[in-house]
Amino acid sequence: MAQTITQKILAKAANRKFVDAGESVWLNVDILLTHDVCGPPTFDIFKEEFGPDAKVWDPEKVVVLPDHYIFTANEHAHRNIDLLRQFAKEQGLKHYYDVGTERYKGVCHVALAEEGFNLPGTVLFGTDSHTCTSGAFGMFGTGIGNTDAAFILGTGKLWEKVPESIKFIFDGEMPAYLTAKDLILQILGDITTDGATYMAMEFDGEAIFSLPMEERMTLTNMAIEAGGMNGIIAADKIAEEYVKARSNKPYELFQSDADAQYYSTYRYNVRDLEPVVAQPHSPDNRATVRSVAGTKITKSYIGSCTGGKLTDFMMAAKILKGQQVTVTTNIVPATVQVARSLETEQYEGVSLKKIFEDAGCSVALPSCAACLGGPADTVGRSVDKDVVVSTTNRNFPGRMGSKHAGVYLASPLTAAASAITGKLTDPRDFL
Amino acid sequence: METIIQGKAYVLGKNIDTDQIIPAEHLVYSLSDPDEVVLYGKYALSGVPPAQGGLPEGNIPFINGDEVHSAFTIIIAGPNFGCGSSREHAPFALKIAGVKAIIAESYARIFYRNCVDGGFAVPYESAEHLNQVINTGDELRIDVAANTIENLSSNVTYKLNPLGSVFNIIEAGGIFAYARQENLMAQS
Repeated sequence: MAQTITQKILAKAANRKFVDAGESVWLNVDILLTHDVCGPPTFDIFKEEFGPDAKVWDPEKVVVLPDHYIFTANEHAHRNIDLLRQFAKEQGLKHYYDVGTERYKGVCHVALAEEGFNLPGTVLFGTDSHTCTSGAFGMFGTGIGNTDAAFILGTGKLWEKVPESIKFIFDGEMPAYLTAKDLILQILGDITTDGATYMAMEFDGEAIFSLPMEERMTLTNMAIEAGGMNGIIAADKIAEEYVKARSNKPYELFQSDADAQYYSTYRYNVRDLEPVVAQPHSPDNRATVRSVAGTKITKSYIGSCTGGKLTDFMMAAKILKGQQVTVTTNIVPATVQVARSLETEQYEGVSLKKIFEDAGCSVALPSCAACLGGPADTVGRSVDKDVVVSTTNRNFPGRMGSKHAGVYLASPLTAAASAITGKLTDPRDFL
Repeated sequence: METIIQGKAYVLGKNIDTDQIIPAEHLVYSLSDPDEVVLYGKYALSGVPPAQGGLPEGNIPFINGDEVHSAFTIIIAGPNFGCGSSREHAPFALKIAGVKAIIAESYARIFYRNCVDGGFAVPYESAEHLNQVINTGDELRIDVAANTIENLSSNVTYKLNPLGSVFNIIEAGGIFAYARQENLMAQS
């Protein structure tokens, strides 16, 4: 029987030839990801349920990437890092990336890709809703809570309901003013924040396969914003090249069958689309940038797993070179590797870091930072009635700190153009 | 699991995300230290903009002042309750505040799983728009076997969608209790 790529990957993890959408199956887990916010309570549940001396099912398959509350004076946040360190040590976890050391990486979803943990055909669970990001590599990735994660820690298994799939096809050649962020915000406006609840969102079409991996990750990253269980893009040559440069582990390529069943299919031509934002206070509150251009902003924020990758900063640098920002503009690289690249990568002969500093932006250390507000001393946290244009993924009330603030989700091009004018601005004005 | 769940309603709108249920700045407290755990009750639903908390009037706080338990133990909400982040701190905070059941039109997947597998509050789905006919403060009575909710303040009874296959996990008290009961756990 015909299957989607998601069904095929889950069938493999369930030791089956075929799984049907809607059935619940027990899956063998390839990687469990956790971080500083959800790791400590997960470890507590693990010890409570499996005993104080229990060992995790496979210390090679647990990846612990502290990233949420790193550069803060908050003592409770520091305690969480201590708890991660202690657990990693007693369990002999090979993949723990400690804060304050050479091993520290930054935002987990981007670091997973950089460190070669994303392998086509595998199953990843993580204690973070944006674990779906890894689906850009033709694998299954989804978020879970602490209890489920503790269950995996002890058994290496978890039950999951096989999702139905929705297919999104993007035809045409991507114009320079359009980004993956605009595509996913377009989708969110069309299907709303619960349009894909419990479903797989599969991306296809020539525009998708022309995108570099980091842009594909922006698409799959925000599948959760539509309620999606996972976002997925079949691995092609570009994906394989990325993976092989970072891992020598075996992997398996899967494709959806031509006659696989879909819950629904959406088809777009990227030439018909234009830059969009999600207005406060929901990621599906879409408007073209043109229609809201001129709206005054108080901050521009370029960062996070969604919009803090090297490709995002390349786009922002194109707009910001030789310009001056007129509002507070935070540049927050997702990872240490992205931060280093800001110094080594250039646009028109100038390093990205210098372009940002010359334009008056402030460049922060790599972490999740103000994407989710965080402790009071977090860089870029919104205050009072801030109006923020941000490359992050969520804009529900209070998400970036202040519940009286409004957040416009946008592409790095739109966030950069708006930083210059102090008003929401279509990036085509600067391209 | 109780066969009758009775309590006062706290009514909310749609898309109540986990940042509104427990704002991210509070995720640093321990979920096992009894002295800190109560803070999750204190800040439960503190991210809801005041005008949207305690409908239809709004501006009714879920938690009063420095208290850690709410007078309201049944949440009534619109679609997509618990969307956003995976933080299990969200259903945990509601439980600490005293919430026993949630009745929403629909749930985001991770929040729903967390409620069931962690054995926090019972996540019922309603077929009707209950947040438009029930008022904050109404006395409600859920009959678990009958899948109904009676509004004792207005004497109207509504149907709830059956919990389906997750009922067994909820009844067992969570995924660990269920897995032991069904001999699904390799260890312990």
